Amino acid sequence: MTVAVEKPETTQAEEPAAPVKRTRKVGRPMVAAAVVVVWLVLFAVLRGRQTLSLAAADLTDLHRWLNDFNDSIGANRNSNPLFLYFFNEIRLVIDNLVTFIQHLISQPSGGRPVPQIGWLGVVGLAGYVSWAVGNWRVALLAVAGFTFFGLQGLWQESMDTLALTVSAVFVALLFAIPLGVWSGLSDRFNRVITPFLDFMQTMPTFVYLAPLTLFFLIGGASATIATVIYAAPPTIRITAHAIRNVSKTTVEAADSLGATRRQSLLKVLLPMSKRTVVMGVNQTIMAALAMVTIAALINAPGLGANVIQALQSLDVGTAFNAGLAIVVMAIVLDRVTTAAAAREEAARRSKSHFVKWRRPLLGAGAAVAAVLVYLSHTYVWAADFPGDGTVGSHIASAADTVTNWAQDNLSGVTNGIRDVITNGLLNPFQTLLTDSPWWLVGAVLVALGVVLGGWRAGITTAVCVGLLVGTGVWSDGMTTLASTIVATVLVMVLGVVFGVWMGRSRMVDRLIRPTLDAAQVMPPFVYLVPFLALFGATRFTAIVAAIVYGAPVAMKIIADGIRAVPETTVEAATSAGCNTWQIITKVQLPMARSALTLATNQGLIYVLSMVVVGGLVGAGALGYDVVAGFSQGELYGKGLAAGLAIVLLGVMFDRITQAAARRASA
Amino acid sequence: MARHWRAGAAGLAVLGLTLTACGGAKVGSDTAGSNSAGSSGKCGTFNLAVNPWVGYEADAAVVAYVAQHNLGCTVVKKNLKEEIAWQGFGTGEVDAVLENWGHDDLKKKYITEQKTAVEAGSTGNKGVIGWYVPPWLAKAHPDILDWKNLNKYASNFKTSESGGKGQLLDGDPSYVTNDAALVKNLKLNFKVVYAGSETALIQSYRDAEKNKKWVIGYFYEPQWFLSEVPLKKVTLPAYTKGCDAVAEKIACDYPVYDLDKIVSTKFAKSGSPAYNLVKNFNWTNDDQNEVAKYIAQDKMSDEAAAKKWVDSNKDKVDAWLK
Repeated sequence: MTVAVEKPETTQAEEPAAPVKRTRKVGRPMVAAAVVVVWLVLFAVLRGRQTLSLAAADLTDLHRWLNDFNDSIGANRNSNPLFLYFFNEIRLVIDNLVTFIQHLISQPSGGRPVPQIGWLGVVGLAGYVSWAVGNWRVALLAVAGFTFFGLQGLWQESMDTLALTVSAVFVALLFAIPLGVWSGLSDRFNRVITPFLDFMQTMPTFVYLAPLTLFFLIGGASATIATVIYAAPPTIRITAHAIRNVSKTTVEAADSLGATRRQSLLKVLLPMSKRTVVMGVNQTIMAALAMVTIAALINAPGLGANVIQALQSLDVGTAFNAGLAIVVMAIVLDRVTTAAAAREEAARRSKSHFVKWRRPLLGAGAAVAAVLVYLSHTYVWAADFPGDGTVGSHIASAADTVTNWAQDNLSGVTNGIRDVITNGLLNPFQTLLTDSPWWLVGAVLVALGVVLGGWRAGITTAVCVGLLVGTGVWSDGMTTLASTIVATVLVMVLGVVFGVWMGRSRMVDRLIRPTLDAAQVMPPFVYLVPFLALFGATRFTAIVAAIVYGAPVAMKIIADGIRAVPETTVEAATSAGCNTWQIITKVQLPMARSALTLATNQGLIYVLSMVVVGGLVGAGALGYDVVAGFSQGELYGKGLAAGLAIVLLGVMFDRITQAAARRASA
Repeated sequence: MARHWRAGAAGLAVLGLTLTACGGAKVGSDTAGSNSAGSSGKCGTFNLAVNPWVGYEADAAVVAYVAQHNLGCTVVKKNLKEEIAWQGFGTGEVDAVLENWGHDDLKKKYITEQKTAVEAGSTGNKGVIGWYVPPWLAKAHPDILDWKNLNKYASNFKTSESGGKGQLLDGDPSYVTNDAALVKNLKLNFKVVYAGSETALIQSYRDAEKNKKWVIGYFYEPQWFLSEVPLKKVTLPAYTKGCDAVAEKIACDYPVYDLDKIVSTKFAKSGSPAYNLVKNFNWTNDDQNEVAKYIAQDKMSDEAAAKKWVDSNKDKVDAWLK
């Protein structure tokens, strides 16, 4: 839940929008305002009626039915042929894959006290592969990063995490690339699969973690499958997008030369979309790493287990040390795959005389790597990482010092901010949403959907509202909605401020961007303890956690939008005597409007994906329901319903903001 | 082609040098590293669930240590939430749960209905659940330790989350809790706010004691945190047998839980020495808190913490091994 999972199809809202009638366009904000005024008036009259509230331990019939269903699966798992011949087989295959890779790099195997390939071999391989698929700069980064794991005293944990990530990504790609190609070629399949992808990405993992262990047992296989479910969609979406974007004329040319469908796929479409597909793989890797901590809850070995265990005794330093290793791994894998995507193009452009040396050099490199692997297989010094991980304990104690300082010196300020925002913004808004009758809120949502996004968005909203009522957690859903919207507003404020700053200055961009990457990849469990100290166990803590995760995306998108404003336009405005403030507000921001709506869309989706984490720090509502369903058998059905409610909120927002974005860019 | 050769040869030469220059101990030639597990007995593999709280971690650390060193078992610890750990009994992936807090629903499902698990007796730990306040508050207002006076102070416990009432902070959703019913039936002007995790709860108390804040909430012992901040328990109307029969009408304190051990049916019948160890395992709240403190506050590894306790409590350990 921690990583950049940009939904690619949202990045190009380029469907030609219907020509907008001038007369209606003026009215849209007015209509929206009118809807809100009507809402406020009716709220004053109808307050507290038909709110559909449900106490924490109460259940609806749907929830009980889901419980029974879950129980009956568990009770029959040893006699049901579906289990014996289907799920068990899948589990066996995946389990063998995971164990194989673990024995290779992380776990002792075959009577050896150490894995088949020790640290030197892994570092050598990492460097060689990075160099072969990317360039020497990322190879250096990979070597440095992997060595750093050892210095942190986390070599084995990191390798476990890497083993799980590699198996999950491998399995994900096995399915995702063919599915992506299919949905790139067929519009109908694309329409069918999109809701499933939305579902896979927004359904909180906590909801299906427990059932997964029922199907696939505790441990590696379940963890891998949970990761695959969450991490596969980006590759499917991006592959489809890449196939679709291959220029029509090229394909037609191939057709006219008499290429069969198969030939044009293998010789034209796939090679031409390779670069973009690699970016999809990159996103899948990042998403897989985001699952590391969650998977630790069903006994997946690795860094996640360190984070969770440190959290139990509120040991911020140790959790940070492990979290940092995850960040480093993410950065290495991200940079290597990005370089891999760009390599061929870069190689074609640079006419360096290295090119002719490349093949012999690759051969020599392979030999070096092989020898390093052999050494690490044979000698103890190359198998066990030397040293005792003192760097790790220094990092841990530094993190502790910083956290303690912040807690002691800032909590006055942070409590002030919390109270102002909670009392001034969150509480009134939440009261309005939860104390209005459900049909009124539903009607308002549908009306806003129609006004902002058009009729189709309105229909989607109506369906979502109906299903939300059906889940039986309407009231909790509205509480979550209030926090989500407040968090998104704050994300957008930060996004605009930093996005504009970054967009206007390359220097600032280069300085801030690594921090943004880290904020997206650092497992939220690591910073929950300091946030709890700063803001208490409140809804606001959850909002802050959501901002840390959601704001980087918004900032990046807005910065790109600002940079895309033509230089000449800005120069023209400058020569016309505009000052900086005027250029930003009158030229750059208006011209980057579609980037702003896209940032809102992504910000909202990211904030929504932190709802469950929020439930762990006092946000209550849907997040708490989901966590409770994971922890208690009787609440399983309710947790599942709450998870569905989160998906529904996500779909509703996504459709409205996307439709609004299309209108804005029209 | 010639260039190929040149590069290749250069590479190989470098490698050859590396190979001859470096030597050192070979993998597998020394057996000191790990005295291959499972060699010294019929115990085999012992799958131990570790539920996510430090007290349980302490139980598991000690039992695993003894099983490994005295019985020669290969102990596989699995970090799991309760519900999932119980699931594992049926699939053979979990042999034992060492610290069960009531959980009558799970007992019904897995012991009575599915028959995949059986009880293995008490751990000796007494589980106390209740409402606690930080020590400074109990000292400043001693009468707060009686529930009858809580309404008097309700306004001091107000927070941004409690909607004008006093806040009663609850923790992790897997806790056994009647707090919502208690507040209602005792006519307290409080609202239950769900912190959502034990971490959030502990951090709230830690902050409350340090900065003299008003906090009242759910807590339990045995718990390592009590040795850092000795929270004070508020007395609720005394527990009588059956007063908690109807969940909505509960108006009495929590019973004292006799924490017990649950093992899988298969494990109980296996005749493994590890089963006898689990069955005999029994210690006090103070014992557990001591080991939990080593782990949580002194930041010792599970293994080191267990060793320290086992070495200084030989008699107790010997009794488990009989």
